[in-house]
Amino acid sequence: MSTAYPLPTNLSKTTVANTASLLRIVALGLISAAAIASRLFAVINFESIIHEFDPWFNYRATRVLAAKGFYEFWNWFDPTAWYPLGRVVGGTVYPGLMATSGVIYNFLHAFNLPVDIRNICVLLAPGFSALTAWATYMFTKEMKDESAGLLAAAFIGIVPGYISRSVAGSYDNEAIAIFLLMFTFYCWIKALKTGSALFGTLAAVFYFYMVAAWGGYAFITNMIPVHALALMLMGRFSSRLYVAYCSWYAIGTLSSMQVPFVGFQPVRTSEHMGALGVFGLLQIVAFAQLARSHLSSKQFQNLLTVAVIVMGVVGTFGFIALTYMGWIAPWTGRFYSLWDTGYAKKYIPIIASVSEHQPTAWPSFFMDLQFLIFLFPAGVVLCFRELRDEHVFVIIYAVVASYFAGVMVRLMLTLTPVVCVASAVAFSSLMDTYLDPTQPEAEGESRPAEVDASAASNGSTASTASKKEKEKAKKPAAGGALSDIVAATSSSKKSKGVWGLDTRLVVIAHSLLMLGFFVFHCTWVTSSAYSSPSVVLASTNADGSQHIIDDFREAYYWLRQNTAEDAVVMSWWDYGYQIAGMADRPTLVDNNTWNNTHIATVGKAMSSSEEVAYPILRKHDVDYVLVIFGGLLGYSGDDINKFLWMVRIAQGVWPDEIQEPNYFTPQGEYRVDDRASSAMRNSLMYKMSYYRFAELFGGGQAVDRVRQQTMPKTGPTLDYLDEAFTSENWIVRIYQVRKEDDLGRDLKSANAFAQGKKRKRTKPVSKRRAITV
Amino acid sequence: MAAPSSSSSSSPVLSLWKAYHQNTSDRLKFIDSFLIFLMISGIIQFVYCVLVTNFPFNAFLAGFSSTVGQFVLTASLRSQVNPENKGVFKDVSPERAFSDFVLGSIVLHFFVFNFLG
Repeated sequence: MSTAYPLPTNLSKTTVANTASLLRIVALGLISAAAIASRLFAVINFESIIHEFDPWFNYRATRVLAAKGFYEFWNWFDPTAWYPLGRVVGGTVYPGLMATSGVIYNFLHAFNLPVDIRNICVLLAPGFSALTAWATYMFTKEMKDESAGLLAAAFIGIVPGYISRSVAGSYDNEAIAIFLLMFTFYCWIKALKTGSALFGTLAAVFYFYMVAAWGGYAFITNMIPVHALALMLMGRFSSRLYVAYCSWYAIGTLSSMQVPFVGFQPVRTSEHMGALGVFGLLQIVAFAQLARSHLSSKQFQNLLTVAVIVMGVVGTFGFIALTYMGWIAPWTGRFYSLWDTGYAKKYIPIIASVSEHQPTAWPSFFMDLQFLIFLFPAGVVLCFRELRDEHVFVIIYAVVASYFAGVMVRLMLTLTPVVCVASAVAFSSLMDTYLDPTQPEAEGESRPAEVDASAASNGSTASTASKKEKEKAKKPAAGGALSDIVAATSSSKKSKGVWGLDTRLVVIAHSLLMLGFFVFHCTWVTSSAYSSPSVVLASTNADGSQHIIDDFREAYYWLRQNTAEDAVVMSWWDYGYQIAGMADRPTLVDNNTWNNTHIATVGKAMSSSEEVAYPILRKHDVDYVLVIFGGLLGYSGDDINKFLWMVRIAQGVWPDEIQEPNYFTPQGEYRVDDRASSAMRNSLMYKMSYYRFAELFGGGQAVDRVRQQTMPKTGPTLDYLDEAFTSENWIVRIYQVRKEDDLGRDLKSANAFAQGKKRKRTKPVSKRRAITV
Repeated sequence: MAAPSSSSSSSPVLSLWKAYHQNTSDRLKFIDSFLIFLMISGIIQFVYCVLVTNFPFNAFLAGFSSTVGQFVLTASLRSQVNPENKGVFKDVSPERAFSDFVLGSIVLHFFVFNFLG
């Protein structure tokens, strides 16, 4: 036989196998290290700080858990959130994340390692990303072999689509959920392959962990049944499927009901009914299988026909009847919005208003996945070629997740793992083909020696070949992508392989270059786009050094230190968790968004005039109102840009009082300058944002740098609120709500009276005249 | 897998019963009796829930899912130790199957116990 490059011949099989497994362990260790390290940009560029919005709540809850213990946390009623309603935190939270950090915290403290709970929270996501890489390795190993597994682990370790949710400080449920997702899927595949109830039980236990950790558990709840159903429809029912599915479902469903937030949903809501249906179907099919083994085929058929008809009719009617009787809840709005992307905008503006619920833009696929996005279809096609039971899973997962990722930006996260797996399968097939040293020969060649040699060479190039793969190599049809073309064009008897070193080198060098670019891209995206805490902003000085803009913390600490401990702060819901976490003050609404009416009340107060808003503020005991204003600095995520959502949400509850069109100019533009509509100019939000803004420019033209509009010279006046605090760059502005006038006048006339004494009243009047003339 | 010769004129249910009696080992019959016990227990609980009350709903769910879960775990054990399925379960010896069964039951009843409230 001939080989493309010389191979060492004096190596024993065991040496090769040992070296290969050692290299695998080293590679996995390095991948874990890279996965953790690339997530530390946030800590290095900024500091060890909790990011964004939801993590602040998780952090606050974890502090309660660590300080007071699990039972206190479980029974925690938080009177400061959703003032005056309060929130039953223990029953409305997925406790998995907090429990995990609590366990780590107590574990370290048991060893007298006094690690701060904040650092555990900050570093939890990077730590779990290393575990995700390992779980993906195990999963992909079941799909193809170890070398594909290593590639998949490397991909998921640094791919931006996953990093975006798991940088250090991004202390959110997704941080641990993706690991649980992949590991549950791995256990499921393993259970299915071996037919072992042990792995089914393990899948159920990790499913329980997943349910406790993330609302996205419904993805597993539906993926596994769909896979099982697909296998049954393909005529691949086996006792292994029965064992795997039933042990998973029976234990998993019962365990998922232990989480208070989930409660009885698994037996009462439509999202979970598919799993139950497949469970029932499996029982029937299994019984039919058993009966078939004892019966002649004709008798069996008679029995089957009757049974199927009866069961189908009873099942369908039962389900419909239960739904109509209200026993099974119909689909929820969040679910509808997955199928009809316009649904949320029409009926539930609160869901549509969240930026991560928007449909995904095309460039973000490339941004998040880079070259994996075009390897991904190739990997799926390769799955079709073998189409073992586990490949069916990957195919279904790929289709479902691709759809969901297109619908919602945040579901990119569920697509990323399968993209990594499929791309790794494709890439390693390519590598297998071009690294395989055998050259095709006209005559038949001696197979065993060549197999030995290929294993040796692969071991030395760190892409290892398993036994299974060697067996595969014997079949000409099951090689790499190119050999497939070769096999297709020539007769299948011809041996596989690539001629010559030059073609090999070109393809391999090109592939390695792509990998290099991928690493480069991932590092760049991670460092520049995904590592910002958004609590602390950064800009670049003229000399290139970093300038930190710390307005949020400045304002929140002002609140913490200068206001009464029970002073209620009203803000748009985005900042509720941050105010609770950093300022430790009661808030009206926060990111939990469970009560639409309460949020609409805040929206109404923000979007109506002072006179209308004031009673609302007083009724809710509001002491301070906080707005985010980016007009000075050019910070585009400010409240004026979110304002239309407030209007829309308020309109949903009070369609007579708030109407969205009133906030546009007659030309239909959204403007804040002198052409702004009167509803806009009189709204509390507008007034609070631009109050005294023009003064800042000392008579010059005041320019809003977010909306690029010149502001009128005379800004709005406030009668019912007092400016209490404005942060350095004006990003956060806090207003104090005035108490009722001591003399019983309304505050507007009281204010006018006070100003009239100082003879300021005539001034604006004359100016107004000057404008109208 | 081949069906035994039974008179095709008799009802399929009857011949199923006969065939079952003839070609099932005593071990499997023992497991089957446990399965039937579990099924009856589950049906009684369900009927109670529908006719009388489902008041401690978590307790009903715990009891009912304990029977259902135990049923499917036992059924899994049955198919794993069934000599006819030897080709399907290459990696699972009867001993391994039993230990899986025990572990699964322990985990199941841990949750059942927790849920009884």
